[in-house]
Amino acid sequence: MFPTPIEKSSPGVQIAYKTLLPISLLVWLAPLLAVALFSIKPDADFTQGNYWGMPSSFEGFTNYGLVFGSDMPRYMLNSVLITVPTVIGCIILSSMTGFALGIYKFKANIWVFFMFVAGNFVPFQILMVPVRDLTLDLGLYNTIPGLVLFHIAFQTGFCTLFMRNFIRALPFELVEAARVEGISEWRIFVFVIMPLMKPALAALAVLIFTFIWNDYFWAVVLTQGVESQPVTAGITSFNAQFRAAYHLMSAGSIVAALPPVAMFFLMQKHFIAGLTLGAVK
Amino acid sequence: MADATVSTGTSQRGWYKRNEIAVTPWLFLIPGIIFFMVYVIIPIFQSFYYSTLSWDGLGQAQNIGLANYAELWDDDAFYTSLRNNFIWLALYLLAIPAGLAIALLLNQTVFGIRLYKSLFFFPFVISQVVVGLVFGWFYDPTFGLFNIALGTVGLGPINVLGDEAYVTYGIIAAGLWPQTAYCMILYLTGLNAVDPEQIEAARLDGAKRFKMLWYVVIPQLKPATFIAFVVTIIGALRSFDLISIMTNGGPFGSSRVLSFYMFEVALSEYGFRMGYGAAIAVVLFLIMLIFITYFLYSMYNEEKGR
Repeated sequence: MFPTPIEKSSPGVQIAYKTLLPISLLVWLAPLLAVALFSIKPDADFTQGNYWGMPSSFEGFTNYGLVFGSDMPRYMLNSVLITVPTVIGCIILSSMTGFALGIYKFKANIWVFFMFVAGNFVPFQILMVPVRDLTLDLGLYNTIPGLVLFHIAFQTGFCTLFMRNFIRALPFELVEAARVEGISEWRIFVFVIMPLMKPALAALAVLIFTFIWNDYFWAVVLTQGVESQPVTAGITSFNAQFRAAYHLMSAGSIVAALPPVAMFFLMQKHFIAGLTLGAVK
Repeated sequence: MADATVSTGTSQRGWYKRNEIAVTPWLFLIPGIIFFMVYVIIPIFQSFYYSTLSWDGLGQAQNIGLANYAELWDDDAFYTSLRNNFIWLALYLLAIPAGLAIALLLNQTVFGIRLYKSLFFFPFVISQVVVGLVFGWFYDPTFGLFNIALGTVGLGPINVLGDEAYVTYGIIAAGLWPQTAYCMILYLTGLNAVDPEQIEAARLDGAKRFKMLWYVVIPQLKPATFIAFVVTIIGALRSFDLISIMTNGGPFGSSRVLSFYMFEVALSEYGFRMGYGAAIAVVLFLIMLIFITYFLYSMYNEEKGR
């Protein structure tokens, strides 16, 4: 293990380490703690210059109440309606592509795979004008399906990379044994491979959920109103509405950030397994 | 009669059965490939074509050849954005050593360390829009924590986001926060898999601290470093959200990068110049292509090695 386990060092070092740890965490998260503090303060504290002191009164309920009384719930709903279908679509498409590229050996295999991987790396801006155009032509501009379709397509690149590598690591003898039994290929997919992919599906689901929930660029390119914009874009109009009302902007930001945070803490193991796939040989 | 029916049946089934292993992968690939072609691969080529047009997105497009690129050549805003892109690339890479440092700090087994690890990772989960807002307040010249901290050592106040000299660095610092968290989690996973026997052997040979880190540990972390490098480069070149939220390109366009400038040219009140925007996107894409080629080349060698 590296570095040397702290238990083996002198008591002085151990104490230093154990005090340093919470302090460094506080510094690391200071910007967030500040927002949390802001979000429970009354408006008067800001006008009187009491930014960092104790809140003169606890206004958490009032502030968050105002957030929920605004357009925020609608933006949140839009985010859910964008994120959930995208996650489902990506998982269906990429478990199929991942299966095809992970199990079968054919000449074009590596090139199809590289197409997905390379496409996943491109800067969004090279896609922006044509995709916006296509979405307009399909009559899907400023609609939730317009965003969902693009997100599914784009995320399929990353998801294919992920699924294919996961399936490659499964024991191939399972497929061979099933073939000897005369089981058809699509049944192998459904009954042999799918059940083994559960951890990969869970990891992908949380990752894609977070990526899509936090997307801002495509939200402003493909949508523009409260009827279809997700919460990342909504928070900017929310802020324009409550300019300089730091307590409300803070509360709004926290509400907007909460779903992926909750997802992360609930599914931490899968989330990290997904992000770090390939970090270990 | 009965025999004939059965035999036609088997010969029809027979073709599929005989070719099942060759055909099945394509059946599984088709939906994914169609989606990806329509929304990703074809648009890349379309952008190259659009970059030769003068077009407001609605009216008649006019083919103007390479005039957009000629205009870029003399566009100061383009050079500012390009220079900022390189600053982003260079400084964003600091996330890798910073992430490694935090991972080394946290790679212990004291009480509650799991919670520490997830809380250190926390910034990555939050959307960049929120990170941008939070850091905007952090830098605020009247009440921001940054200037309060400067004040305690007798400096400041500095209006980071209002000063052309500091603004890009201020935004990059905000971006490094989640990016460092990402690199940290990659290295924590990597450190978990470091071979303890090699560490012990090196220890017996008298390797200590930095020598151990440099010659024994880091080589074993190579896969994690590769991924950290890939995601950091991509993150740096995609930087858009933070700039849009924190400064909207300002002051006086000094914090623009190519991705932001492109958006501004094509889709904002400055006019809908789709062709010019596409030309900027092409330049950005070509920069990225250098890295994509390198990434794919590394992956290809890896695949061959298997």
